[in-house]
Amino acid sequence: MNAPATIPLSRIADIVGAPNVITDSQALAAYSVDGLAPQIAARPASAQEVSELVKFAAAGKLAVIPTGARTKLGIGMPPSRYDLAIDMTRLDRVTSYDPGDLTLSVEPGLPLARLAKVLAEHHQFLPLAVPFHESATVGGTLSGGVDSPLRQFYGTARDFVLGMEFVSGDGALTKSGGRVVKNVSGYDLHKLFLGSIGSLGVITRINFKTFPLPRTTATFTASFPDAISAREFNSLVQQSALRCQSVEIFSPKAADILNATETDGWSVAVCMAGNDALIARAHRDLEIIARNAAPNSLRGFALLDAAAANSLSLAISEFPVTATTAGAVVAKLSCLPDSIASLCEETAAIAEKHSIASAHIFHGIGVGYCAFLAPGNTAAQYRGCFQELLALAAAKNVFASIPYCPLELKRQLNIWGPPREDFVLHQSVKRAFDPHNIFAPGRFVGGL
Amino acid sequence: MNQRLITDLEHLLTRENVLSRPEDLLLYEYDGSVEVARPNCIVFPRDASDVVHIVEIASRHDVPIVGRGAGTGLSGGALARNGGIIVSFARMNRVLEIDIENQRAVVQPGVVNADLSAAVAHAGLHFAPDPSSQKACTIGGNVSENAGGPHTLAYGVTTNHVLGLQLVLPDGQLIRIGGKPLDAPGYDLCGLFVGSEGTLALVAEITVRLTRSPEAVKTLLAIYDRVDGATESVVEITARGITPAACEMLDGWTLRAVEAWVHAGFPLDSAAVLLIEVDGLREAAEEHAAQITEVCKLHGAREVRVARDAKERDLLWKGRKNAFGAVGRLSPTYYVQDGVIPRTKLPQTLREIERIGKENGFEIGNIFHAGDGNLHPIILFDARDEKQFHRAVSTADAIIRFCIEMGGAITGEHGVGMEKDRLMPLLFSEADLALMRAVRDAFNPAGRLNPGKIFPTGKGCGEVRIRPMPLSGTATHSTRSGSIPS
Repeated sequence: MNAPATIPLSRIADIVGAPNVITDSQALAAYSVDGLAPQIAARPASAQEVSELVKFAAAGKLAVIPTGARTKLGIGMPPSRYDLAIDMTRLDRVTSYDPGDLTLSVEPGLPLARLAKVLAEHHQFLPLAVPFHESATVGGTLSGGVDSPLRQFYGTARDFVLGMEFVSGDGALTKSGGRVVKNVSGYDLHKLFLGSIGSLGVITRINFKTFPLPRTTATFTASFPDAISAREFNSLVQQSALRCQSVEIFSPKAADILNATETDGWSVAVCMAGNDALIARAHRDLEIIARNAAPNSLRGFALLDAAAANSLSLAISEFPVTATTAGAVVAKLSCLPDSIASLCEETAAIAEKHSIASAHIFHGIGVGYCAFLAPGNTAAQYRGCFQELLALAAAKNVFASIPYCPLELKRQLNIWGPPREDFVLHQSVKRAFDPHNIFAPGRFVGGL
Repeated sequence: MNQRLITDLEHLLTRENVLSRPEDLLLYEYDGSVEVARPNCIVFPRDASDVVHIVEIASRHDVPIVGRGAGTGLSGGALARNGGIIVSFARMNRVLEIDIENQRAVVQPGVVNADLSAAVAHAGLHFAPDPSSQKACTIGGNVSENAGGPHTLAYGVTTNHVLGLQLVLPDGQLIRIGGKPLDAPGYDLCGLFVGSEGTLALVAEITVRLTRSPEAVKTLLAIYDRVDGATESVVEITARGITPAACEMLDGWTLRAVEAWVHAGFPLDSAAVLLIEVDGLREAAEEHAAQITEVCKLHGAREVRVARDAKERDLLWKGRKNAFGAVGRLSPTYYVQDGVIPRTKLPQTLREIERIGKENGFEIGNIFHAGDGNLHPIILFDARDEKQFHRAVSTADAIIRFCIEMGGAITGEHGVGMEKDRLMPLLFSEADLALMRAVRDAFNPAGRLNPGKIFPTGKGCGEVRIRPMPLSGTATHSTRSGSIPS
């Protein structure tokens, strides 16, 4: 399985053109994944070129990692091999956009921020309030599996990606789904690519359903003395008639990272969209719910002004980035909504036992991020903490992984946790898409 | 061979859970489509362990296995195309768990769609996918076909509401995927298995998300003298960024057929009606209802009625959901198609359907989910006339081809099954189909699970519709009237 020592450059230059082949070691360092740089990087400009590159890689058993803005290459285990980076940033076009149908096709290298501007001209958007929003590409965002607070209302990419075109392991240009909003023709293979960190193939086009951009939004914050009251507030909101855009629960330490100075204690930020009458109604309802959740101990309830609302929502979606930049290791946890408070408390207790500070932020639907910051910042300190965290998750029907994890820690634990009973099915999927095991080998769940 | 198979199955399940008499087989040789295929036997597992053992017996005897819910499907998905064992989940119909606080339910596959919604209605929740057959169809069938329904316009189809599955693989492995919490690490296996039409695994248990029922619902009936006025209204509602909970259209021919039976109040002299529903908070529903009324009038609606109460609302929906029953009064056999187009292409597509119908000598009724461009043209034909039957099928194909030309798809919610396998190459390249086959073969290597579905078999449509062994009479080509499409 060892890759050849040298890759014939001329063939790659034939495919993408010499100026789009990168061999300089300094430039290649920018494509490193967990400290491993590829031997070569190629910048194709079309799906056809991607297909040719993958055929070439498959023939030579070269390990391939597709890249976009390279903001999330750290998600996953260290690759076991890495020969060729396929830099997708030249495939950055909107290939079709029909605002009247609310459908859109784009190439994966398109930056989300640029796409947002195109959509905003037609008062539309994609509900992807994700980390690295200024630089991230569409393809990297979907492959990285990062989620968005807006999933409370709009769901995740699996709910609004209509189809994809991609290059699978034998280099064939393949597609599934379509460009219409309702479609059951054939298997939904594209769903498998979401969160697959490049382990199944290279995405070359994505078809989306777009959404009308809400004309007015309003963000309310309620602050509570403890996690239990915040959870109770969330539960009552979820059971109310209100249809929230997002509901975010965060701990006092997370509020520091978010710079949410207007909150005090455990807080919940609720974003609503709609006409003035609806917002006024939501204001009344939410305040009553907050008082009911903490009859004598509500610490504050406020409607944020537009600037504060914007900066808070941005800070919430960038939370893992801000925390990681400050040196934290960030785990993703999924539980049932009624266990959010207990899971926060249990994980905080584990952290404390290892003299590690922790900050929690959860979507009201039960998916959250927990940042751990060890003062000494030693891998050994973290290792014990995360081993306990993963064991807790396995015991409690909680899904846990550590998407933002430094390399030295990855060498000591598996960031995906122990394999689950369905691992054999994941292996089957991987083999069907990537029979030569050339895509990002070793990075995904269970070493796929 | 057959007798030994039956004996093994009876030994496992007891005789009352195995059907194999010719008159029993007859009842299971059809579904809601125009397809027919005879199984060797029908079995009724009581739990997941029974399903595992059935799969093992099928493997030993090397016979096909086909899962079946209520048999309301419209593409032959639950038919034993190559014979074999039909695994009916009718007796695995228990709701195993309802978790109100977390909005989850765990059900056996034979639970009837509407029964789950009824079981959680007291808590203000429901199961969002609502095919018109929801009073009969099962959640297992919904999962296999990725069923839709009128309200999926705003709430999404089955795949958007399934969080976990317990699978029985053809080698007898029992494996859970997904779960009650969201975002299980790994590939989105639920996303792959939902809608795979029983070709990858049987499903023994399903975990679904429950949806909060809206506080306010407004149901509007917009009445048009021109079909184009109705289709143009749909285009503009979408373009204005309003997503109704449902947006259904009935053309004049269909609404007259419905009115004669249901008396829903559809005006007999109109060319088309739109049945539009908006819901949510009172404040939002009222604003959207006003905007939609304005759009409809702008495009020539002669009247827009708003249902005054739940009774009026139910009557309008009764007209929609029983439409196919009404059509059944006019003709013993009809063929319901299921094409999808981009919504902006509605006006020209309906004109083209009319033209195709005239060219082939059929009057084609249209009743469909206009809001998401999911068409259900109805072709009435006489099944006793073989030539007419073939012409009906080729007329339906012509409509589907036009949908694809418009950038659409061959099926929006009914599935490919054995009805449209031959049309798959119109949409998918050899490479696309090769990868789908590779995925199928990864899970279903011997091809024992629901063979002859989704993938082109190379057989012509006339050929596959010939009964393998007629039980009575002289019928060679079997066709059936549809049941209740969504």
